[in-house]
Amino acid sequence: MEIPENIKRKLSIPADEHFYAGHTACQGCGAALGLRYVLKTYGRKTIFTIPACCSTIIAGPWPYSTLDAPLFHTAFETTGAVLGGIEAALKARGIKVKGEDGVMVVGWAGDGGTADIGLQALSGFLERGHDALYIMYDNEAYMNTGIQRSSSTPYGAWTTNTPGGKKHFLEKRHKKKVIDIVIAHNPPYAATASVAYPEDFIRKLKKAQKTPGPSFIQLFAPCPTGWRSPTDKSIELARLAVQTAYFPLFEYENGKYKINMPSPKKEPKPIEEFLKLQGRFKYMTKEDVENLQNWVLREWEKLKKLAEVFG
Amino acid sequence: MPIRKVMKANEAAAWAAKLAKPKVVAAFPITPSTLVPEKISEFVADGELDAEFVKVESEHSAISACVGASAAGVRTFTATASQGLALMHEVLFIAAGMRLPIVIAVGNRSLSAPINIWNDWQDSISERDTGWLQFYAENNQEALDLILMAFKVAEDERVLLPAMVGFDAFILTHTVEPVEIPDQEVVDEFLGEYEPKHAYLDPARPITQGTLAFPAHYMEARYTVWQANENAKKVIDEVFAEFEKRFGRKYQKVEEYRTDDADIIFVTMGSLAGTVKEYVDHLREKGVKVGAAKVTVYRPFPTEEVKELAKKAKVLALLEKNVTFSVGGALFQDFSRALINESEKPKIVDFILGLGGRDVTFKDLDEALAIAQKALAGEEFEEVNWIGLRKEIL
Repeated sequence: MEIPENIKRKLSIPADEHFYAGHTACQGCGAALGLRYVLKTYGRKTIFTIPACCSTIIAGPWPYSTLDAPLFHTAFETTGAVLGGIEAALKARGIKVKGEDGVMVVGWAGDGGTADIGLQALSGFLERGHDALYIMYDNEAYMNTGIQRSSSTPYGAWTTNTPGGKKHFLEKRHKKKVIDIVIAHNPPYAATASVAYPEDFIRKLKKAQKTPGPSFIQLFAPCPTGWRSPTDKSIELARLAVQTAYFPLFEYENGKYKINMPSPKKEPKPIEEFLKLQGRFKYMTKEDVENLQNWVLREWEKLKKLAEVFG
Repeated sequence: MPIRKVMKANEAAAWAAKLAKPKVVAAFPITPSTLVPEKISEFVADGELDAEFVKVESEHSAISACVGASAAGVRTFTATASQGLALMHEVLFIAAGMRLPIVIAVGNRSLSAPINIWNDWQDSISERDTGWLQFYAENNQEALDLILMAFKVAEDERVLLPAMVGFDAFILTHTVEPVEIPDQEVVDEFLGEYEPKHAYLDPARPITQGTLAFPAHYMEARYTVWQANENAKKVIDEVFAEFEKRFGRKYQKVEEYRTDDADIIFVTMGSLAGTVKEYVDHLREKGVKVGAAKVTVYRPFPTEEVKELAKKAKVLALLEKNVTFSVGGALFQDFSRALINESEKPKIVDFILGLGGRDVTFKDLDEALAIAQKALAGEEFEEVNWIGLRKEIL
């Protein structure tokens, strides 16, 4: 559909569409939305690599493709390495990568494929300094294989291998802070983003495009299927994750931290507001909730301190 | 003019890579192959090779980076061995399934446990079902030549499969021999620039590679890998012939040595072929009617050539540095398969020897010969025999 010029100017999200309708994501899928924003931002001048994950399915089985951009499907743990290979080949062919007129080489991997099995390749990618972007879409478990916990699953969550039961066998470890591990590599650009704040996400995508060297974005992407949440609550949940400071928005650019909270002056909302909309947290006891709340606030204080000292 | 230099097989492999001009080399160190990427990095540092050298954090990432680079349309090379090749295993299937003509130099080495850095063929033999082409070099010259030819076969439009070239750990990787380095111009003419005409990652032509295939399509995709392997048989003959014309060195999928009127033919691969030819000479002097054959191309398996070879002997004695437990060596399985429906066929006796760098001596070969002669005489014999075992420590 053609958008009239006078309206077009007001759009804060590009009108271009390179993510086709008819994809196979579940209703309310945050990852599908995220992928759509990436394609809107970079358009066709993008090469994707996607490991085995939900997006393998979302991108469509042969002979279909949801993406109007070249896409290379690869093995679960190889995103960082394949990114490096593609980037090296483009350079060898004299093709410009990154920058406004360059090709964006984008790795799009889930939390399991990043925080767990793909962590080594991610580290190699960051350390070697490839001119490419790695996006971890974080839906906090192995959703494609049937909702098994990953190291990015939060404390107190039900998953199919932290099933609750009589012995209260829920996830007992706090969420792994992949973004902190990434920042330890001192990349030129790293950020968190959320599908609930598309303008912020797109701004960060553009910054990643502009900044030479490896970039990383951890995108919070709700999964109604795995979180046992209503499919029309995904955006609300993603927003609450930010507002409770459970998943704060910030960026790390050339050694400096900058917090990008939508309402910087507001105190974080209680974590219960994020938890209560999701079936996966319904087995938590009062102590569990307290434990998670304390962790959230401690991590939030830590981040504020970092932004204060290294801002 | 070609120059002759004294060098190790590792250096010969690096020289082959330099001559083939890959655009991306991704590698991770492992004994005994480390010297290959090391030498290539020197070529890159000295401006003698214009390639991106990706210093990856594992072999798994080495092959993954090669897969990404090859998919993005450039000639790609790496080297590894043993555990490193085993670590690449799942991605080897992906490279073949996606029809990416990557070439790997493999310094053939044993697999753990126990830890052992020395020669046998278990590493690449264990990858025989991945769809990769496999070549085995007898000496350092063959290592260089076969890598050049591997690129040419792999990149042929009728093939488009990755290829590995094996050369024995230490026996070749670390042993110097005179090697003729062909002229760059002749290699350029022989190999040409790699121009991907098939699917590759190009924003101007968005395509999806390696996508999910349902049961309705998966088998056909795998069948094309079968077809490509079949096509490779003819392409290899063509490439061997062209190589001989240009460089004067003759290659055959199965090379025979003194097989005329032989009762027993010893069949082997790699550097062991040199030892076996010597042994054949030694026996022939004593009037024993034996010959030798070397399998240079292991995948695609040279079924027709093996059938022809089988017609020449009453016993085929297979000398193998690999084992499938409870079955025997890989050649034993493949030779048996090739000959199973032949109306007349020789006896086949299998010998497992030289594992983990154990020297194979004439004494070992005498042990094998004695068993092969039992088969020749129509006596009972063991089909699979471990040769040179130190029974006192078992």
